[in-house]
Amino acid sequence: MRRLALEALRACALAALCAGTALASEPAPRTPAPEKPGQLQAQPPPFTQGIFPCTQCHVGPGDRTRRDLGFHEDIKFEHDAEHRWCLDCHSNENRDVLHLSNGDPVPFTESYRLCGQCHGDKYRDWRVGVHGKRVGQWDGQKTYFLCVNCHNPHSPRFKPLKPKPRPARPEEMRP
Amino acid sequence: MSRDEGVRKSLPVLPDAPPDPGRRNFMRTAAAGAAVAALSGCGLEDFFRKSFRELSKDDVKRIVASLERKNSAKYGKTVTVSSTPARAGVEFGYGLDLSRCVGCRRCVYACVEENNQSRKNPQIHWIRVLEMDKARGVDLAHAEVYYDAEEVPRPGHFYMPVQCQQCRNPPCVKVCPVQATWKEPDGIVVIDYDWCIGCRCCMSACPYGARHFNWAEPTLPAEEMNPNTHYLGNRPRPKGVVEKCTFCIQRTRAGRYPACVEVCPAGARKFGNLLDPESEIRRVMETKRVFVFKEDLATHPQFYYFYAT
Repeated sequence: MRRLALEALRACALAALCAGTALASEPAPRTPAPEKPGQLQAQPPPFTQGIFPCTQCHVGPGDRTRRDLGFHEDIKFEHDAEHRWCLDCHSNENRDVLHLSNGDPVPFTESYRLCGQCHGDKYRDWRVGVHGKRVGQWDGQKTYFLCVNCHNPHSPRFKPLKPKPRPARPEEMRP
Repeated sequence: MSRDEGVRKSLPVLPDAPPDPGRRNFMRTAAAGAAVAALSGCGLEDFFRKSFRELSKDDVKRIVASLERKNSAKYGKTVTVSSTPARAGVEFGYGLDLSRCVGCRRCVYACVEENNQSRKNPQIHWIRVLEMDKARGVDLAHAEVYYDAEEVPRPGHFYMPVQCQQCRNPPCVKVCPVQATWKEPDGIVVIDYDWCIGCRCCMSACPYGARHFNWAEPTLPAEEMNPNTHYLGNRPRPKGVVEKCTFCIQRTRAGRYPACVEVCPAGARKFGNLLDPESEIRRVMETKRVFVFKEDLATHPQFYYFYAT
């Protein structure tokens, strides 16, 4: 009898424990991030004047061997240059689009999906507006800036800027 | 001079005998006329009106309309003066990412242009960017606001822009002897420039140096004047009143981002509704390392600094 009671008590405790863990592991209810890839409003990518569409020059698949380029000499490539080169991001089959690591094409206007493959933490922050900039309405329609609007994709480190003039000292303001 | 002499002395200009009634009437009318003339410069109506918070809706409408007329004429363009009240269910919060700010001062000048500050003599900036040593951390004793550089960020330094922190427990509001400054329901601390007496008590009470005084008639070129104004925000100020950041009340009450948020090239500035769990500022507060400036003073700012990395 006593043993039975003990057994029952143990079962109860176990059930309670299970219920407790189940409750704790349940994620807090959250509406999904409002921005799905391809649906948000973003600034156009900052192409060099006259360079797009790339198929003006690049017709059909090109040479896949890694080499220095004869034409795009204005591009200083500093984006993990040791391991990466053009065709890691640019599509060889269609130069007017980019491609993900699995080969799926990505238009230039959605380049953030490509960037997000390596920079997942930044992509996550960017989608909820913590990384990068948005303009427009804080309570409504806003325009995003693509990664490439602020970071040159070939040399992504944020470049130093010339600061605006320093404020006047009080003694300089006397009439 | 002794009393017992029995001589009554009077001021030299006034005769001892009362003036004749006709002359007394004339003097009375003239004095009243002079007073009216003196007051009509700023408008009798304005001079005798109540403080902004005691005005009826009709009064506000009338005052705003007269301001619009006056400023449109003065600056030669259509000036609008809004008096949009705070929205229910909104509490503004501001986030500044210290790991992103590069100290370029774009925000300082975007603010000046948006909010019609005096350009020079006096030069008024609502945002001050402090340059600090990375080795020292946030250390006001070694902060430099007048830094000049070819390029920023300078190696070994970080930058901390400071503006009104829109405290929940604002010392500036407490000390105002005439209650010309107060905290609005959405959290913005505002000033009624027509009620401010220019005593500058609030400036000495503010631990952030966020309040600024118009020591002289503000210089605001008509072509640079921003005609989209709010009564409690960026309408042109007279000489002798205090002014401060209002989270761009004329923009944010209309749903827009503040000017400093939109101009920041590093995306270091975040703004939104603290009561909306999906807003950027809430995401910042829930996922990043956040602090408030001079927390020990218990001012409880609605302005948060954070590190995204």
